[in-house]
Amino acid sequence: MASKSEKSRLSDIIGTHEADILAEWLRLLLASGGDTRISRGQLESQCREFLAALREATSAGNIADTMTPGFERLRTMLGDISRSRATQGFSPAETATFIFSLKEPLFARIRATHGKDGEAIADDTWTLSQLIDRLGLHTMDVYQRSREEVIARQHEEIAELSTPVVKLWDGILALPLIGTLDSARTQVVMENLLQSIVDHSAEIAIIDITGVPTVDTVVAQHLLKTVAAARLMGADCIVSGIRPQIAQTMVHLGVELTVVSKANLADAFAVALSRTGRFVAKSKAPTSTGTMTARRPATL
Amino acid sequence: MPDKLPIRAGDDVVRVRQQVRARAVEIGFSLVDQTKIITAASELARNTLDYGGGGEATIDVLAVPKPGLRITFEDQGPGIPDVDTALKDGFTTGNGLGLGLGGARRLVNDFAITSKLGQGTQVIITRWK
Amino acid sequence: MDRIPILKIGDALLVTIQVDMHDRLATALEEDLTSKIVAVGARGVLIDISALEIVDSFMGRTLANIASVSRMLDAETVVVGMRPAVAITLVELGLELPGVKTALNAERGMALIQHRTADESEQAEADDDA
Repeated sequence: MASKSEKSRLSDIIGTHEADILAEWLRLLLASGGDTRISRGQLESQCREFLAALREATSAGNIADTMTPGFERLRTMLGDISRSRATQGFSPAETATFIFSLKEPLFARIRATHGKDGEAIADDTWTLSQLIDRLGLHTMDVYQRSREEVIARQHEEIAELSTPVVKLWDGILALPLIGTLDSARTQVVMENLLQSIVDHSAEIAIIDITGVPTVDTVVAQHLLKTVAAARLMGADCIVSGIRPQIAQTMVHLGVELTVVSKANLADAFAVALSRTGRFVAKSKAPTSTGTMTARRPATL
Repeated sequence: MPDKLPIRAGDDVVRVRQQVRARAVEIGFSLVDQTKIITAASELARNTLDYGGGGEATIDVLAVPKPGLRITFEDQGPGIPDVDTALKDGFTTGNGLGLGLGGARRLVNDFAITSKLGQGTQVIITRWK
Repeated sequence: MDRIPILKIGDALLVTIQVDMHDRLATALEEDLTSKIVAVGARGVLIDISALEIVDSFMGRTLANIASVSRMLDAETVVVGMRPAVAITLVELGLELPGVKTALNAERGMALIQHRTADESEQAEADDDA
């Protein structure tokens, strides 16, 4: 345990040589890889504030325990720095360097202060080393948590981005699915589709799975349930783009898609148009790009 | 404090549904999750009334390990001779479709049933947020 | 005892369910609809459940029964406005109501019923011509 005198001694050393320590620390940080993601001015103010907070904490708090209220400000500050580094894309090593590179200038000051008093040097160095290590661990904790938050957020964004329900025509929706479907994603996708059916008063929804590499039993069940739920709401579903391998796998799994299915999205769209009393015809004078007209058949 | 609701008549089944809805909304369940737990509660409350001769529903709001809703249905009725069979779709001793128990189980995350012949049945369902 | 009101619009009967129904009320509706179909010679029954927050197996069974009975009495039943969460839950429950016709809203449901009556009258005219 650090004695009272040791505490104030560390605080005194930092206080007396604050400008020197700051200059040396900054030099080391910049030497370890001058970074464009953070400006020199910003880095300098971070270091200055941190050093001031460290001096305050070592004079007031219990050095052996960084969880005490005396370290509150220091921990918060370090957390903020670590979090912003994590979102800026700094590596764990780069982030940890901030706190660990403070050791060298501080140790140098301890040695200079105590001169030939080996015992005092060893004591202070040990105390300080432990303190910096604990703060380093805290940095990594926050870094890790921030990265996980980023990943979780991206996960959600991808789930939303990759499930767009598009309107093909009045009353006709399409859901082009791309990528692997897991149970959780399928559920989100399907709930979105059913809500879109209500929002657009859509009679027909086309679920296109051309971009889905594999379909397992669970996903197939979800598809079937969605089709059944859509029917209960008064809308029809057409599944399109089932790859040959998927069709085979599903038959082998004993899952039969008891739904209307079409080879591709275009065929499914044609069926949807015809079911809603429309057809596609070429206009009499084709333009260079070709015109597609959909209109209600004259007889009905 | 858990809510304790008696199940003695048809109106009580409605009251259980309403209370479960109120709690599910408080916890912040999604619309689909709300609907699932209310429907499961409705099925089990009706079972308690029709097959258990009435009983009681207890609604607990859970916070650990995450927010959730636990509902316990208890009766002192004749009990279920073969629980495994009773859980199968299409099984019924009454005049229902036989989807009550098995269907309710699919609508929740955790499902536990204990039944003693001549003593009664207890069903506990939990849905997590 | 409360009763769900049944409206007559042309050839069709219209029921809008707006309350959380207890089982007796559902059973009463089934009985009332059956007698009213015969009494007015209805060709279609439209049941709007857009206000219903849940449909459990009892309510589901009631809807299926109404559809079957009305079909026997030569009236088509269309259930309209089921919410997505209700539909998902019913499917999970194992109740897909295969015998029940559905539509997104009352307007579409009515169109389905009228389409059917129109088809039949065309058919009758064709028979007359023959």
